[in-house]
Amino acid sequence: MPAVKGDGMRGLAVFISDIRNCKSREAEIKRINKELANIRSKFKGDKTLDGYQKKKYVCKLLFIFLLGHDIDFGHMEAVNLLSSNKYTEKQIGYLFISVLVSASSDLMKLVVQSIKNDIVSRNPVHVCLALQCIANIGSRDMAEAFNRDIPKLLVSGDTIDSVKQSAALCLLRLLRTAPDLIQLGEWASRVIHLLNDQHMGVVTAAASLIEALVKRSPEEYKGCVSLAVSRLSRIVTSSYTDLQDYTYYFVPAPWLSVKLLRLLQNYPPPEDPAVRTRLTECLETILNKAQEPPKSKKVQHSNAKNAVLFEAINLIIHMDSDPNLLVRACNQLGQFLSHRETNLRYLALESMCLLATSEFSHEAVKKHQETVINALKTERDVSVRQRAVDLLYAMCDRTNAEDIVAEMLTYLETADYSIREEMVLKVAILAEKYAVDYTWYVDTILNLIRLAGDYVSEEVWYRVIQIVINRDDVQGYAAKTVFEALQAPACHENMVKVGGYILGEFGNLIAGDHRSSPIVQFQLLHSKYHLCIPSTRGLLLSTYVKFINLFPEIKAQIQEILRNDNNIRNPDVEIQQRAIEYLQLTSVTSTDVLATVLEEMPPFPERESSILAKLKKKKPGAAEDPDAAGGKSSPPTVASKPMPEISVNASYQPQGASGGSADLLGLSSSAPPAAAPASNDTGCLVDVFDMLGTGASPTSNGLTAAADENYKSATTPDLEAGPDKIHEFVCRNNGVIFENDLLQIGIKSEYKQNLGRVGMFYGNKTSVPFSNFTAEVSLPGELSSQLMAQAKPVDSQVEAGAQKQQLVNIECVTDFTVPPVLVINFLYNGAQQHMTVKMPVMVNKFLEPAEMDAATFFQRWKNLSAPAQECQKIFKAKPPMDGEQTKSKLLCFGLSILEDVDPNPENFVSAGVLHTRNQQIGVLLRLEPNSQAQMYRLTIRASKDAISTTLCELLESQF
Amino acid sequence: MQFMLLFSRQGKLRLQKWYTAQPDKLKKKITRELVTTILARKPKMCSFLEWKDMKIVYKRYASLYFCCAIEHDDNELLTLEIIHRYVELLDKYFGSVCELDIIFNFEKAYFMLDELLLGGEVQETSKKNVLKAIAAQDLLQEDEAIETALKEYGLA
Repeated sequence: MPAVKGDGMRGLAVFISDIRNCKSREAEIKRINKELANIRSKFKGDKTLDGYQKKKYVCKLLFIFLLGHDIDFGHMEAVNLLSSNKYTEKQIGYLFISVLVSASSDLMKLVVQSIKNDIVSRNPVHVCLALQCIANIGSRDMAEAFNRDIPKLLVSGDTIDSVKQSAALCLLRLLRTAPDLIQLGEWASRVIHLLNDQHMGVVTAAASLIEALVKRSPEEYKGCVSLAVSRLSRIVTSSYTDLQDYTYYFVPAPWLSVKLLRLLQNYPPPEDPAVRTRLTECLETILNKAQEPPKSKKVQHSNAKNAVLFEAINLIIHMDSDPNLLVRACNQLGQFLSHRETNLRYLALESMCLLATSEFSHEAVKKHQETVINALKTERDVSVRQRAVDLLYAMCDRTNAEDIVAEMLTYLETADYSIREEMVLKVAILAEKYAVDYTWYVDTILNLIRLAGDYVSEEVWYRVIQIVINRDDVQGYAAKTVFEALQAPACHENMVKVGGYILGEFGNLIAGDHRSSPIVQFQLLHSKYHLCIPSTRGLLLSTYVKFINLFPEIKAQIQEILRNDNNIRNPDVEIQQRAIEYLQLTSVTSTDVLATVLEEMPPFPERESSILAKLKKKKPGAAEDPDAAGGKSSPPTVASKPMPEISVNASYQPQGASGGSADLLGLSSSAPPAAAPASNDTGCLVDVFDMLGTGASPTSNGLTAAADENYKSATTPDLEAGPDKIHEFVCRNNGVIFENDLLQIGIKSEYKQNLGRVGMFYGNKTSVPFSNFTAEVSLPGELSSQLMAQAKPVDSQVEAGAQKQQLVNIECVTDFTVPPVLVINFLYNGAQQHMTVKMPVMVNKFLEPAEMDAATFFQRWKNLSAPAQECQKIFKAKPPMDGEQTKSKLLCFGLSILEDVDPNPENFVSAGVLHTRNQQIGVLLRLEPNSQAQMYRLTIRASKDAISTTLCELLESQF
Repeated sequence: MQFMLLFSRQGKLRLQKWYTAQPDKLKKKITRELVTTILARKPKMCSFLEWKDMKIVYKRYASLYFCCAIEHDDNELLTLEIIHRYVELLDKYFGSVCELDIIFNFEKAYFMLDELLLGGEVQETSKKNVLKAIAAQDLLQEDEAIETALKEYGLA
């Protein structure tokens, strides 16, 4: 047993030894359970434990927890230790709380109380313990409790350095948890001036805090720039002996230097020329020092020195204004690319990615192309190779694209599985982006499929097809190349898909050559058919029917295949349907009709590369569009619509074939008129939107059209159906309440006293009719006696793209808390669809505003003083806190705005009457905004119990 | 910094410090997966890796791995040196520290870490100052021990 430091809790050491001596997991668990039972009985026993014993047992529990076991008692004893006047007991108590007590625990109130006592202690070690505990837990409650004390400690002249350090970082933690609660106000400038503090430890801690404050409000803290520059300057020009213990392996204050360099990356280059010159000098000095011989051979020395250097380079890249510094940075990183330390090579590759995006250094980065390619081949660590791939991608432009793509393709053959998919995407993007000659592009993508077919996602092969279809000059070449590729004895399924598609469109372009005559093409494709999965077979069947149009001479052979039992009776419904329909189509129609139906695909509309979108999704941030690099190359072709699905089975529509549409490849959504599906998405509820747009919606509750308009513009309807959607309708009577891929539901409602007329609109967004459509209003539980709802029947058929209306009459019998639910059932494409949607019918809809003078208001307010009649909520505001908006929300909620009642003009006072069948309920409201704290206090009183709570909850969601 | 983990070559967790609130279940999951990932890496490999959406910096000292998850804009090299400074502090305090010291004095390891890092940020980089703070704690502890002993003999 090793020596135990300090006072040494012997019992604890013995216990730990026992655990270590356990031969098996079972033995360990047995020993632990025995100990837990022992501690439990000690804690429960009537003999009061002294502080030392409590500390020992709490420590044992902590140890058991750290071994990975759950601890469900002892928390109270730990909290008791906090109020001990013995430091070590207190310390163990705090440790246990920090590690084991969650911020939401009921005990937190007691903990906060203990911290309150310790934070004002005269003994700085107690203050530090309290601060450390706050920093470790950092809950919102703590932010509320200490958002005054800690800033005071931080700037007070009486506070000792170590407390200041803890206070700064403690505040930082609270700032991260509850930014709204931490306001430094007039102390901001004193906090900034901590950068000038004598004590380096204080400056280091303060620099972290200041960076977080700067991120929140850069303008307020911009005074820190010149202070940071001068502090940095003093550090980089000091000799390593100047800073004594803050020099780390001959590097002066590396942590502080890095913090300051980071801080400066939150601002543009300093405007003041003197400050700017000084900063440039600092950066140059740092770059110069990198060239000096090392003062120590220790890795710690070079790490610390290079940490500062990399951060300086980050700042240089961030400022992106000094070509000289950028090029020097690039050269420095270039040296690191062949450094023997793997870590440095990794970081150099990473930083160079950023340099490649600057127009000043893009060319300088390109000089290192060979080294980077070499890294791809020789690095032993996949994470480094990954960085090399990223850098090659970033440095690629039109001049080097062919080389880089070729190297990446070569590497792909042996690349790690973990990065193959991403590499495939990158190669595909580069090939498309920088293709001058599209034959090169086609070759590249086919190579990709050949080398890494499993990693070629659908987006990649969709894209090559789009491009071939859109570019006449490459179609013949593409047909020839896929034909050759398909001759390989084993070829990837993705190759069959691309080959099938392209030959179906452009096979005629190579049919003149007897080596690729129609029948040869057909036989070649069909030789792969039996190896393919159903969706690919479906695609090939479409190719075949296109062949019938292109090459009437092989019609008989193809019809024979279609007629084959393997197709026409295939258990896969997709294949069967295609076989039957294509057979029928080619048997009954004239050649003219056939030629129209099976016409060549029209060009795709220009849109953002779906591959780029995928890469961005895969690696947000890391997948810079190479366009951004140096800002050169082709104009971006960005459209906001994602690429429509072109997979054969996903959007295959049965009536496509029989209905004579040109779309036989199941590509309906991408075929022109390509805009059609886009407008379809939003088109079916046009009348509801129109009505909303004009602002002439029939509204009740005495609200003005202007107020309604005002509110609407503040919250544009979000078309995604989210769980909180219903809250959007507390103050609103009309809009879209639900939307998915199939169905859109809109509502239009009017209320008068305790009655409501609600119009529901069901829009079919698909191109298939819904049948057996039913929509019923369900009143769960108690609601059935609180509300009456009568829904008129709705047509059972909703045509594609059409909208049906349903009227629901509602009566409020008595007050209620949960909204009614709409239950919808219908058949879509033969599949039963079921959904339930909450109807935005809340109790406030039956409110009508009431006017009264101040005297009456206060009289009634006083009369409603029973606890159950009042509800008060204090909550954080969703910015902005705008008085006019608040007014219109209250009006829309169904209340009046009573002027000149509250002495404070910032406050709102309202009154209303809630109409139910049985009685009328008076409602009074007071809303007090606190713009400083960004909070509201809402008080509602009502003449019937519990109503105030319901209304408070509804209204709270609106602010 | 989001968290720091110390674990042995056998994958046993020796110390964990979380600087962001996470549910216990998630902590366990992250720990398990990360320990496996790191133990599978070869000695000469880079000390940094992108893991899930985190940046991981780790280093092995004898039988112990020190592993930190840092923010995307944190400095990797300097994180290695935070680890080193922590090791130096433990070493100085325990006198050539070994895994056993950390097991038996886990609370001291925590106290020391709280002096070096607070809320995931560097608090005090001076070795002297940290050791001074810890020594002061030990002094209080000894005073208390003496006091307790005196009490037992009825002398206080």
